[in-house]
Amino acid sequence: MIVARGLEKTYMSGGKPLSVLKSVDLEVEPESFVAVVGPSGSGKTTLLGLLAGLDDPSAGRVQLDGTDIFALNEDDRAGFRAERVGFVFQTFHLLPTLTALENVLVPLELRGSAKGARESASGLLAEVGLGDRLDHYPAQLSGGEQQRVALARAFANEPRILFADEPTGNLDQETGGTIVAMLERLNQRGRTTLVMVTHDLSLAERAHRVVRLADGRIVEDRPGAGPHRVVQRTTSE
Amino acid sequence: MNGAFAFRLAMRESRHGLRRVGIYMASISLGVGALVSIHSFRDDVARSVQDQAEILMGANARLSGSQAVSDSVEAVLDSVSAAGHGVSRVTTALSMVLAPVSGDVRLLQVQAFEGGYPFYGSVRTVPAGVWGEHLREGRVLADPAVLTQLAVAVGDTLVVGRARLVLAGVVENLPTDLGYQAAIGPRVYISQATLVSAGLLGFGSLARYEVFLRIPDQDARRLVRDRYEEVFQAEDLRYTLAEEQAQRLSNGIRFLGRFLALVGLGALLLGGVGVASAIHVYIREKRPSVAVLRCLGARQWTGFVAYLLQAGGLGFLGAAGGVVLGVGVQQLLPLVLSDLLPVEVTTRFSPGSALAGLGIGVWVALIFALIPLLEIRDVPPLQALRQDFEGSRRGWDPVRLGAYAALAASVLALCLIEAPDPEVGLAFAGSLAVTVSLLAGVGWALVRLTKRMVPTRASYPVRQGVSNLFRPHNQTVAVTLSLGFGAFIVGTVLEVQGNLEDDLTLSFGEGQPNVLLFDIQPDQLDGVVGLLPVDLREAAEASPLIPARIGAINGRTPEELRSDTTGAPRPERWALRRDYRNTVRAGLGGGETLVAGRWWDGTPGRDDPRDIDTGGLPGVSLEVEVAADLRVGLGDTITWDVSGIGVPSVVTSLREVDWQRMEPNFFAVLEPGSLADAPRTMIMLARLSDPGERAAFQRSLVESFPNVSALDVSRVQQAIDTVLGSVRRAVGFLGTFSALAGILVLMGALATSRAQRTREGALLKTLGARRHQVLAVLLTEYVALGTLATATGLVLAVLGAALLVPNAFGVPFRPHPRSLLVIWSAVMGLTVIVGLFGSRSLLARPPLAVLRDVPE
Repeated sequence: MIVARGLEKTYMSGGKPLSVLKSVDLEVEPESFVAVVGPSGSGKTTLLGLLAGLDDPSAGRVQLDGTDIFALNEDDRAGFRAERVGFVFQTFHLLPTLTALENVLVPLELRGSAKGARESASGLLAEVGLGDRLDHYPAQLSGGEQQRVALARAFANEPRILFADEPTGNLDQETGGTIVAMLERLNQRGRTTLVMVTHDLSLAERAHRVVRLADGRIVEDRPGAGPHRVVQRTTSE
Repeated sequence: MNGAFAFRLAMRESRHGLRRVGIYMASISLGVGALVSIHSFRDDVARSVQDQAEILMGANARLSGSQAVSDSVEAVLDSVSAAGHGVSRVTTALSMVLAPVSGDVRLLQVQAFEGGYPFYGSVRTVPAGVWGEHLREGRVLADPAVLTQLAVAVGDTLVVGRARLVLAGVVENLPTDLGYQAAIGPRVYISQATLVSAGLLGFGSLARYEVFLRIPDQDARRLVRDRYEEVFQAEDLRYTLAEEQAQRLSNGIRFLGRFLALVGLGALLLGGVGVASAIHVYIREKRPSVAVLRCLGARQWTGFVAYLLQAGGLGFLGAAGGVVLGVGVQQLLPLVLSDLLPVEVTTRFSPGSALAGLGIGVWVALIFALIPLLEIRDVPPLQALRQDFEGSRRGWDPVRLGAYAALAASVLALCLIEAPDPEVGLAFAGSLAVTVSLLAGVGWALVRLTKRMVPTRASYPVRQGVSNLFRPHNQTVAVTLSLGFGAFIVGTVLEVQGNLEDDLTLSFGEGQPNVLLFDIQPDQLDGVVGLLPVDLREAAEASPLIPARIGAINGRTPEELRSDTTGAPRPERWALRRDYRNTVRAGLGGGETLVAGRWWDGTPGRDDPRDIDTGGLPGVSLEVEVAADLRVGLGDTITWDVSGIGVPSVVTSLREVDWQRMEPNFFAVLEPGSLADAPRTMIMLARLSDPGERAAFQRSLVESFPNVSALDVSRVQQAIDTVLGSVRRAVGFLGTFSALAGILVLMGALATSRAQRTREGALLKTLGARRHQVLAVLLTEYVALGTLATATGLVLAVLGAALLVPNAFGVPFRPHPRSLLVIWSAVMGLTVIVGLFGSRSLLARPPLAVLRDVPE
């Protein structure tokens, strides 16, 4: 369960305050799939970063599974992410110096779960169709393959919540579709809450719920075309 | 923090990072290489000297002094000889030596032997096995340099004093020689009997008397000291054991080695700067990865520890490479320094030096890497989502301050460890701190100044190039530091060297007296002056030289003064017991300044113009430092022992003396009219600028007055040049390490902004810029950086030399613009070459590849 209350973010730009997120309230039910859409500069990525505790808000608070993440210090927030949160990025963000298998191992090793880690990571890579590319480095993989490794890494620690920032933004439509299908499959299997920021409206429609941002506020919150398991009402002032 | 993860990450990443951190490792390798080679070499020399202690002395013990051995000492030597030990005498004097076959004449060292010296080691001669011939009547051996200086060959005749001797052979190598000794004064070897018959030891002649003893048993030779020390001291003889001489020699070499180690330390610290900039570049590349790790749950210190482990590991590899390099260079050093070494040095792997180098290398790698590495803690996870997000810097950061303090303490500790003494270490560390601060300040000011003074009318490439100096992520301060530091070091060395050479030219060069005549008996003076060309006779300056010792000060004998127990400061032994050569003179010398009392003519002293009443005794003017060491001042009475007769005098003035001036300088000058009957010799200075005229004068001198010696000063200058040349070569050789480290630092600093530069270049090309325009932008930036940074370093070098030259060497400072210009052009050229070389991919790669981030 994700609960955000009165979330605001203001940056200083050229000596003047620039408000990118304005008093956002949002609740996301466990195991739901929420797509966040909106034009560039509407505050999508800022919202995602704040929900994941990657940055401090100017005002407001966020609870992830009942934990007020901004009451934690930076290191405890990192520990919380290692335990319960997964990430998928637009530019994949694999560690270029590690092999595919080692990249997937990172969250497991950070959590200290060494036992069975290799088998688990290999299994996940096999699941995304890269069982024969374990020892390849990111530079030796195509964009789609890199994102599949990133998916395997995101699910390696069996996160309760997965944040995805434009996961198909750097991929062609067909590859993007495959990736989202995998994301859905892993999400359903792992009973994960999924929050995905995207520009792609057709992709957003596959979510249970679509939240539209404009000028730092939620201007629309409606059910998506995906299976309507849970729909939570949201408000924005 | 997950330490196991940090370790695994460090290991995995290092498989790829090596190419990127090549500069890092090379910087450490160079510095460690320099240090290990110097440390190991220092050990080699010390060990070789100790191993060859007896060969170096040619005996087990030596008695030495400036007086002929007295009867009481002869009695001691008789008993030593009777105990079955070897005794051999060597007397060294200076004499003019003439070669009738060529007509050439030179002032040479004459060594007269009696007995089987050297007892250890073998003498190499040509023809082989003629060592011993010199003990025969009418025979002489000589150093190889004598053959060239006098244009003679084996079998020719040499005239030494009154003796005509046949040159029986050449001494190629006397195992007791220091490497540079023969360069300073070539020798001829004769017997003690020949020395007497040649009449070289007249009244007042300068000679050194040595007796060498072969006493293989260590206890026995120490017993000689215990038993006869008082006799030796009473005769002013010094008793030295071979092992003591070796120890003193190795201490001297250690001292020289420590000065060289400072040069090595300079290279290592420059390497440290290279480490810092290489790590800075590395960390900048790693920021996205660190941000992702933070997103995935890595704590702040996890990334830091991983990269610190990597820095330590790579530092270890770099240091290990440095040890290998150092051991290689260690084999070369004996060749480079051969002229300065007292013995043939055998090299041996020195585990202590290697371990110390390894430890220091890893430590320097870590301590210099620490500050840029701390940035990792501040990489915000949000950077994974927004690459341009920088995050806020900490304000008060005790960890960062601690890292700076640790760096400063480490540099200070290294300076203190490596320097010859703590004062030099502190001065070295202090001057480093001042230079680095000033350079960083100038870099900072440059960024701000160029921002205001961009040449608005200049062409686009020039404007862009200059603007690059203050753009975000500019490396102006780092490059100013590295280039300026290099220019500062090189500039200071060249300025100091130039000024010292100027001083030598002033002392020995144009317009200065160039022939020094000594041992002239008073009745020979007119005759000697008569040998000079008519026009030069007037200018020749002659001074009497009256040998004397101190008989009493204020009525108390030297023995009483030395055994004084009242607690008052006792006079220094050297000043009290030395042989003085006083003069009588009416005027002050050109290099003398009266500081206290009054000169004979009433001229007042600078600081204290008191007029002293001598009560009818002759007045004496003392050099200030010897007066201080004798603990005497104005009005004190000194009684001189002149050939056994006590001559009292009252100190009426004190003088500062510029000892470097080429003129007769004296500790004590007596009032004219005093010591009129005292036995004396004369010394005389003359200037004979034409070498032919000089040679003719020397020939006629040796023919008419064989006891008079003439020193051709240009020969002394050549000898000094030979030794200075060796030192310069050694410093230059080790300076190469600093220069290479400087290039690495420069490469590292320029690499810091390489990615940004490459992207900008690609963008410019995409927008239609031609290659030559992109090149012009780069060229402008590098020329501007090189010019300003080098100029700053050189200005600091001139300031440093202006402080150093008068204070440390007592020589007036004068800048040498020509050598500064050469350094300036060289460093600037290097900057442009290194800069353009580093940017070659920018020019070569298609812009699309750069913009799409295709790996090279």
